[in-house]
Order: sequence, then structure tokens, then C-alpha cells
Amino acid sequence: MATQHSRSAARLMMAPAVVLLLGWMLVPLTMTLYFSFKNYLPLRGGDLGWAGFDNYVRFVSSSAFWPAVQTTLVIVGGVLLITVVLGILLAMLLDQPMWGQGVVRILVIAPFFVMPTVSALVWKNMFMDPVNGLFAHLWRFFGAEPVSWLSDASLSSIIMIVSWQWLPFATLILLTAIQSLDSEQLEAAEMDGAPALARFTNIILPHLGRAITIVILIQTIFLLSIFAEIFVTTGGAFGTRTLTYLIFQRVLESQNVGLGSAGGVYAIILANIVAIFLMRIVGKNLDA
Amino acid sequence: MGRIQLKQVTKSFGDVQVIPPLDLTIEDGEFTVFVGPSGCGKSTLLRLIAGLEDISSGSIDIDGADATNVPPAKRGLAMVFQSYALYPHMTVRKNIAFPLRMAKLDQAEIDKRVNGAASVLNLTDYLDRRPGQLSGGQRQRVAIGRAIVREPAAFLFDEPLSNLDAALRVGMRLEISELHKRLATTMIYVTHDQVEAMTMADKIVVLHAGVIEQVGSPLELYQRPRNTFVAGFIGSPKMNLITGSEATKHDATTIGIRPEHIDISETDGTWKGTIGVSEHLGSDTFFHVLCDASSEPLTVRASGERDLKYGTEVYLTPRLENLHRFDQQGLRIE
Repeated sequence: MATQHSRSAARLMMAPAVVLLLGWMLVPLTMTLYFSFKNYLPLRGGDLGWAGFDNYVRFVSSSAFWPAVQTTLVIVGGVLLITVVLGILLAMLLDQPMWGQGVVRILVIAPFFVMPTVSALVWKNMFMDPVNGLFAHLWRFFGAEPVSWLSDASLSSIIMIVSWQWLPFATLILLTAIQSLDSEQLEAAEMDGAPALARFTNIILPHLGRAITIVILIQTIFLLSIFAEIFVTTGGAFGTRTLTYLIFQRVLESQNVGLGSAGGVYAIILANIVAIFLMRIVGKNLDA
Repeated sequence: MGRIQLKQVTKSFGDVQVIPPLDLTIEDGEFTVFVGPSGCGKSTLLRLIAGLEDISSGSIDIDGADATNVPPAKRGLAMVFQSYALYPHMTVRKNIAFPLRMAKLDQAEIDKRVNGAASVLNLTDYLDRRPGQLSGGQRQRVAIGRAIVREPAAFLFDEPLSNLDAALRVGMRLEISELHKRLATTMIYVTHDQVEAMTMADKIVVLHAGVIEQVGSPLELYQRPRNTFVAGFIGSPKMNLITGSEATKHDATTIGIRPEHIDISETDGTWKGTIGVSEHLGSDTFFHVLCDASSEPLTVRASGERDLKYGTEVYLTPRLENLHRFDQQGLRIE
């Protein structure tokens, strides 16, 4: 067992990793906090001294702030809804014994390995292009007017792209959960007179509860910070400016580091509020 | 009512036929036990009756009506699974009420039946707990409760006691037997434990490789096994089966003699042997005796406590009126 000596040795050996990770996290965080109280305009005079809470007030009172929060929540909520619902259906489908199961499962996971930038570009140019895209061809084949996806249905398009990327993750987690369901429970329910739908709502869905909360938790953390998909498709136009994107615009397009940093601090607070909510829900679910 | 009749039922998985054509009738109110070694097809047979597996050919009648293509829920049978298959996220009350809720009974009737079953099974204090908070025996009773409330035509038990420890198993065995006496409903019970079969059954069906070896009451099987398989399977400790010259003396290929039908003496007898391992149970003593008459050691029962040391020379005398004789095919010679 661990002696006093081996414990201190363990601490010593862990120290470099802890210091590195802590530094990695603390330095940017401190710099963000520092800049958020500064009037710092790199191309227009540089450091112009302390600004107090001016940046915070300006960021929130800007007309772009609340729409950005709303867009962020719509995207996160939409993607979560689509990935969880389709994920459950796909997981149940993939759980059925079928020919070529191994290959099919790998193919289903594949989108997860495509870089966000690449997948967004593929969607933008191959599928959603109003002239040459596959959707445009499909629409024209049926005699309909092609939709210019990224300008007319910009928010849904982005939700679609991001859902496509995250669906494999949800499917994978839910599939492993479904596979752990005792088949005798389903047979017992069948004997008890439960039709397929009742078996789903009474047996399968409660069994998946824990896996679903895990999917929601992990995805929310990553979805709050999606950026590449917006950057390469709409560039934040047509109502697709999320909080992350707004901060990017403040810092790089308006060259106002102080204002962007204040936005960054708001993003941290928002993420933490969501995290606390989720932790409570997950905590409740994991206790049972 | 619950008369179940299997006519020429077969079951194949791919090319492998696990159950060759089989006929069997289970009378209303009978406690029937399917017993056999692992992999003999007894659980498959039960699942065919339940409808959880489709039969490959033949037909199943329940109460005179053809149920071959009736889905499991409509057959009016209730099943208790080996793993109990309780719904982990529901309380005991909801578990027991589940089949009634699926049958869309009104709440008052559901409550009445659940409370009735709970009091029969001593579960009243546990109704608001979840299965995870119960002991093995309690879970078993919940599973039985879930079956009782449906008031089925027949109960199907799939090795329900194999996950319990030995002491609890004896208790549950009694409880299930008592339940059967009280409800007088047909019960089909699958087990690999011949003690369970002997103690509980009205009728035992001995299965071996999907084939019915013998059907009969426990004592019939014990006293008149139809072949060497049944002779060796029923009874604990096992019947001594002797081949070779000793068997030829009795005009048989194999002779069988149960441990309690051999008298042991230190002075004289038919067969001479030496004491091997002895098992002292208090009420009985079982000796394993190495004997010229048989290549295998013979098991001999002595009533009460007999102290014979390892290596002692003894004489064994089989009681000829209790000798079982089997021919070349292993079938009984009357």
C-alpha cells in the first residue's frame, strides 16, 4: 500500500503535468481578465489605459449581444434534440443483428473523424450550394426552386451540419448502453403484454436515461464553443452569430481586445451556469 | 384452466435441430418439472411454450385452442425468469402492477391485486423499494408476484432458484410448492437440479439432447427408470450402474442398484471391497467402496452413523428385489 514515501514520490512525479496544465489554463484566463479591464486597441493607439467595467457594460448593451446568446442556445438546443432523438433510433437499428454489422458501425462513426472545418466546407460546397449543390439538383429534379440554404435557412443549415458531426458520438454512446440491456427484461415485458411502443417507453428509454444525460452533458460543453462551422459557412451573417463568434468579431474584426475579453468572461459565466444545471441533473440521474 | 399440449413440436437453430419431434401433454393444475443436464433443450422447450421462440414445426395447444401462432402476451401464460428480469427503475409496486397496467385495468383493481399478491408473498413492507435494494429471495418473490397478479392459465419457471444460495433455495422451493397447492394453477418448472424436480413435481419430464427420456411421477421415475440415463440422473447420490460379468449373471448388460439398497457388513456378503472416502451426514453415512464387481467405486448408504475407517475390508450385499436391469440399448428389462 501507499507509504508516506511513495505518496510524496507520486506527488513529485505528477507535479510537472499539474503545473503545465494549470499554467495552460491559468495564463489565458488571467490575460483575458486583465485585458477585459483595459482599453486596448492594437491598431488604434494600443494600450490606452484602464477602462474599469466599461467593456463589460458596452458588450452587454451592444445590440448584437442578446441575439448572439439566443442563437447560441438555439444551435445547442437544436443539435442536442436532433442527435439524441436520431441517436436513439440509430442505436436501436444498429443493435439489430444484420449482415456486415462491423463495417456499418465503423461507417456510422466516420463523420466524427472529419475535421469541423472540412465537414462544413463539404456541406457548404457539395450539398448546400444553390447552383451546383446536390440539394439544388434534387430540388430542380422535382421541379422546385433550389433553396439558398446558408442565406435563407442559415441557422437550420448550421444545426444540420453540426448535428451530422455529433450524431455518431451520440449513437455510439447510446448503442453501448442499449447493448447492456438485459434481453430477459424485454422478454418479460413482452410476456407481460407490453406492445413494442410500451416496451420502448417503459424499459428501453429508462435504461438509456443515464447515457442520454452523459451525451447531453458532453455535447453541450463542446457545442457552446462551435466556431469553425460558422466561420467557413456564413461568417456570422444571416443571424448565425453565436456568442463565440461575436467575441471573435470584437477582437479580430473590430480590433478591440478589451471588449472581446469582456465577452470572453461572459462566455465563461454562461458555460458555468449551464454546467451547474447539467451537473445537478446528471448528479440526480447517476445517483439512482 | 391450463391444459397444454405439444404435438410433434420441433425446433432448429439454423441446421442444428435442438428438439426432434416431441409430444407432451401437461394436464390442468399439474406441477410439471422439466429436468435434464445443461444444454438438453429444457429451457428452449419452455421458451417455445411461452412463445418467445417460434417452433419450427408441429403445434402447441393451450386449453384446446391452437396457440402456435399466438404472440406470447396473448397466450395467458406468465413467466419467471432465471435473472428475475425485474424492471430496475420501477418500484416493487410498479413492477408487480406492470402487466396489469399493460392490460389497462382500472387503478382500484390494480391496487387490489397488487396488495393481494404482496401479502401472499410477504412483500407488503417492500412495495416502495426498488429491485436494487432487495435481497435475492425478495427479488425472486417480486418476480413471482408479477406473474401471479395476471392470474395466468399457467406459470412458467425458468430455473428460478439457481441464483439463490442453498439455504434460501430450500425455503423458496417450499414457498413455490405451497403457492401451487393454494392456486392450483398449472406450473411448468425448468431445472437442472434433480432434487428440486423430485421434491416439487407432480410430473417429471426428463430431457436429454432434446428427447424426452421418461415422463412420470417422481416415485415412478425413482423406482422404475425406463433407461440407464434416467436411472443415473434421478436420485442423489446417483444409482450405482455396473456393467460386465456381474451384470451378465443377472441376464443384463447393465445392472443398477441404489446406494440405500446395498447392505454393508464387516463379516460376510456377496461382494468384497475396501472402504474409500466416506461422507458423514449425521442422519446417513455414504461410503465409496472399491469393489471387484465394478470398475467404478460403489456408493453405499448406511443409516445413521457407522464408523468404518479408510481401507477397511467390507462385504456388500445388494437387495435383489431392488435391482434394476438394463439391456444393450440401455432400456429397462422387466
